Amino acid sequence: MIELISERFPYWATMLLLIIGLYGMLGKRSLLKKIIGLNIFQSAIILFFISGSMREGGSVPIIEGLHSGAHPHPEDFVNPLPHVLMLTAIVVGVAITGVALSFLVRIQREFGTLDESILLEEVRK
Amino acid sequence: MNEIFSSPLPLIAVLIPVGAAMLIALTTSRHPNLRDSWSTVAAILLVVVVLLMLNETRQGRLAQMTIIELSPGIDIALRADPAGMIFGGLASGLWILAGVYAVGYMRGGNEHKQTRFFSAFALSISAAIGVALAENLLTFVLFYELLTLSTYPLVTHRETEEAIVAGRKYLTYTLSGGLLLIGATAWMHVLGIDATFSAGGFLHQAGLNQATQWGLFGMLALGVGVKAAVMPLHSWLPSAMVAPTPVSALLHAVAVVKAGVFGIVRVMVFVFGSALLQEMGAWIVVAVMSGATIVIGSTLALRHDNLKRRLAYSTISHLSYIVLGVALLGPIALTGALLHIVGHGVTKITLFFVAGAIHVRTHKDNVSELDGIGRQMPITMGAFTLASLSMAGIPPFVLFTSKMYLGWGAAEVGQQVFLAVYLVSGVLSAGYLFPIILRAFMRTSPDHTRYGEADMRMVMPLAITGVLALVLGVLPDFPFHFYNLAHAVADSASGLNSTIVGGVQ
Amino acid sequence: MDQLPVIIPMTLLIFSLLTPLLGQVWGGSVFAATLCGVFISTIASFLALDRVLTHGTLYYDLGGWAPPVGIEYVVDEVAAYVCVVITTVSFLVLISTRRWVLKESADRSTGIFYSLVLLLLGGLTGIVVTGDLFNLFVFLEISSLSAYALVFIGGRNAMLAGFRYLIIGSIGGAFYLLGVGFIYFATGTLNMEEARLLLPDAEATRAVQAGAVLIFAGLGLKMGLVPMHFWLPDAYQHAPSSVNSLISPIMTKVAAYAMLRMFLSVFPHGYLTDIVPVADALVILGLIGIAFGSIAAASQTDIRRMLAYSSISQLALIAVGIGLATPLAFVAALLHIVNHAAMKSTLFLAAASIRLQVGLQKVHNFAGLGRSMPVTMAAFTLAAISMVGIPPTAGFFSKWYMIQAGLNQGDWAVVVVVLLSSLLTAVYLFKVLEQAYLRPAKSNIVHDSHDDTPSSAIRTEVARAKESQIDVWAPLIILAVAIVAIGVFNVVIIDNILRPGVS
Repeated sequence: MIELISERFPYWATMLLLIIGLYGMLGKRSLLKKIIGLNIFQSAIILFFISGSMREGGSVPIIEGLHSGAHPHPEDFVNPLPHVLMLTAIVVGVAITGVALSFLVRIQREFGTLDESILLEEVRK
Repeated sequence: MNEIFSSPLPLIAVLIPVGAAMLIALTTSRHPNLRDSWSTVAAILLVVVVLLMLNETRQGRLAQMTIIELSPGIDIALRADPAGMIFGGLASGLWILAGVYAVGYMRGGNEHKQTRFFSAFALSISAAIGVALAENLLTFVLFYELLTLSTYPLVTHRETEEAIVAGRKYLTYTLSGGLLLIGATAWMHVLGIDATFSAGGFLHQAGLNQATQWGLFGMLALGVGVKAAVMPLHSWLPSAMVAPTPVSALLHAVAVVKAGVFGIVRVMVFVFGSALLQEMGAWIVVAVMSGATIVIGSTLALRHDNLKRRLAYSTISHLSYIVLGVALLGPIALTGALLHIVGHGVTKITLFFVAGAIHVRTHKDNVSELDGIGRQMPITMGAFTLASLSMAGIPPFVLFTSKMYLGWGAAEVGQQVFLAVYLVSGVLSAGYLFPIILRAFMRTSPDHTRYGEADMRMVMPLAITGVLALVLGVLPDFPFHFYNLAHAVADSASGLNSTIVGGVQ
Repeated sequence: MDQLPVIIPMTLLIFSLLTPLLGQVWGGSVFAATLCGVFISTIASFLALDRVLTHGTLYYDLGGWAPPVGIEYVVDEVAAYVCVVITTVSFLVLISTRRWVLKESADRSTGIFYSLVLLLLGGLTGIVVTGDLFNLFVFLEISSLSAYALVFIGGRNAMLAGFRYLIIGSIGGAFYLLGVGFIYFATGTLNMEEARLLLPDAEATRAVQAGAVLIFAGLGLKMGLVPMHFWLPDAYQHAPSSVNSLISPIMTKVAAYAMLRMFLSVFPHGYLTDIVPVADALVILGLIGIAFGSIAAASQTDIRRMLAYSSISQLALIAVGIGLATPLAFVAALLHIVNHAAMKSTLFLAAASIRLQVGLQKVHNFAGLGRSMPVTMAAFTLAAISMVGIPPTAGFFSKWYMIQAGLNQGDWAVVVVVLLSSLLTAVYLFKVLEQAYLRPAKSNIVHDSHDDTPSSAIRTEVARAKESQIDVWAPLIILAVAIVAIGVFNVVIIDNILRPGVS
């Protein structure tokens, strides 16, 4: 049991963060906390990609000395592609957060509150 | 034996009423006379085209038109085969009269939205012609659905709460029927069956198992049975009587319900064929249902005081005459059934015309109010009398001929029970119509208002159809060769040689 | 000509940068520039379709990097066809909605508005042309982000709907990304075609199965598949009129397209039907969705909400087609994509036209509209008939092929539900037609709307209402005519484009 947890530790961590994020988005009444939940959710996925690209003993994938005839092995390096993808995913995440925050500003100005249940009542009126 | 040639005539026949509908819509109510003349012009043109096709059909040359491939492997195609020409000839011929009558009725009653009314009227005729000439099941379904759609505005024309409710009921029933047809058509296509109508049926060659046969039969028979108003699928028809009378006359005595009955003919004779139905035993189900409908319908008609409702139940009963005739699977009964389509169309349209004329002139809708009306509207009630005699099956009226064949057909296949049904119902028909004549002529009117005849545009058509009920009894081949056609269909359906044969052998 | 795959989305993205700048300098030119951008993209889509049909699938390596290192754009028959649908429908909708945009948005924001619209369209076409799993995620988020913003600007009620849409949509996108991660770690590639080749070796692993489920859950959320539909009615109801007639016909459809892409290009044949029960789940959820959407639509009084539920039902029909996973079912689903795009844009445009012209959105107030707005209602009627599925309108044929596909699989539930949905559709759409044509116009209108969009301030009497201007109704008529034309000529589309595309 302990072995299973320790071997798959990144998975469990990802799962935990995903659940925390989901809870934040669906369970919290405050719209701001929902955005925080969304951020945690996205971070979990980023973590998942990064941990998946890790290799035991691998180093930064910067290859030197190619001209001197050295043959680098892919196993010696961590996989660089997920890192690149996650840079893009972070940008997307920031964009979403930005849009969401700007929504909040408008909602706060219009209704004077960010509490979802109050907002729902306001809308139903 | 028979030869199929490509010709645009069937398509032209379908498009003439569509053109009329467009012209009517474009002319609008600013020029009412011009607008109302379009229907008549189109109706005459349509009859000419139908007669042209008929001429070829009688010589065993069937005009055929493939319009477009509608679904991979299935064309939308029209063909002027004898069975189709019976229905097409009836619908187009009566459109002339009904068109003239409708103008008189709508103007006499000062009805609203006449442009919409006449456009939809013409579109319904187009759909009915399409149903008649459809060469395969998908084309049939297409026009069947369009018929539903184009008659909806007619049923709801009055725009009262009652009319709207009746419209909903009408749509629910007929659209459900259409869905069953669509399902069955798709099923056949998936089974790899080419659903081109052919006299004597094509399904027996497909080698289907029993469950599939029954499934297809159930879906198809129910689908067309809705419009044929076979009980228990009939209740939309009395409700739809809320429509203006020309609609009840042409559409609920001729086009719509006859499309349903014609659908029964197509399904039982041209899809399944008598051999297969005999083997399945499916005919007995249909025969029992329609036999029950005949008796119950006639009995219910006795109870209704509202004239149009009484006629509606009479229609339900008489439609099942035809269904029963088809279900008996004999060539003689089938001939009778096809003749009954024509005879009942001409006769029932007269009765409805009369009901409408009385309504416009006197605003009376109930039988009990008609005392003495015969003396005030002699031509109208005279036509009514002719039609009633025909309905009761008195010789030499047209419905005598068809009933004779139907009864003979029942006896031929050894089903004396159904012969009895026909006889009983004939008596009942007399029972719900003759008292009206007696009232109209024998009693004196309780109020002192003097009503004259209605507008000529109404009296003329109803007089013509009333006389036709007699003429067709004596000369069944006038002018559309209905008898020859019916005979040809019956012969080809039972595999006998004949001068003309419907469908591909 | 080889650049066509990239021209389609990039033109839209470039113009989305230009329009707000133009708006600062010369506000009047914004609309023309937008239309110009969409027009170029439309032409490119048609050219791409033509070229695909004559020369076969188009490939384009983005930035000159060959796959699997670089991102590849792939335009096959299906992709070109969907691009044509997206660009053409949006072109017509944009023309029709010009007046409302001016009415609904403040002067200076039209540039921003059209920038968002172009960004949305760029994202959607990008999803269609890309051949890369991760790139699809990026385009998905680009289109979604602009859609959130477009919904949000619909006024007071739209704000909460827009925010919820953002949260749900982001969850959907994140699920998709997570699923892609599983696929990537199992195969080591993000290129769709390569993944298709490599996945058979990785079939058995639980990671790939989890990936497939997550991808479909994410796309299902974006598509509004029951039970993940709850964001959709609010978003569609409260979005500005000019927006919901654009996003409803197109946006969810593209998510459906992405699902179809997974079946066609990513997962090997039989994988989603036999190993992971995704296909069965799609069929079951789709059937539930068809019934639920139609029934819910029948109980709505607000026309836009009714149409939104109707969209849920129609999208579910597409999902059923994808889930049946036979070539015929794919054809039915793809045909329904174009049918529904034409029908729903007509319906939403007509509804918006009524709202902007008369200020009405409750169905029971529509009495007399058939007389006062004949052209708009005629288009609405035609679209309604097609929705019900009366031949020979387009709507009949998607149902027709769907039934056949169901029968081929022996799946009678599909046949029954699809047939019954016609009847249910008739229930809610004829309710509108009854009001418009059969009831006399009311002179005093009961309190209609409680939202504070600028339009509801205009409340004229229906009897005196006028037909909208020609530039509003002309696109409507074109779409309505297209509905019939697609139906009559459906065999041409199927034989030339769809059948080769799905085989």
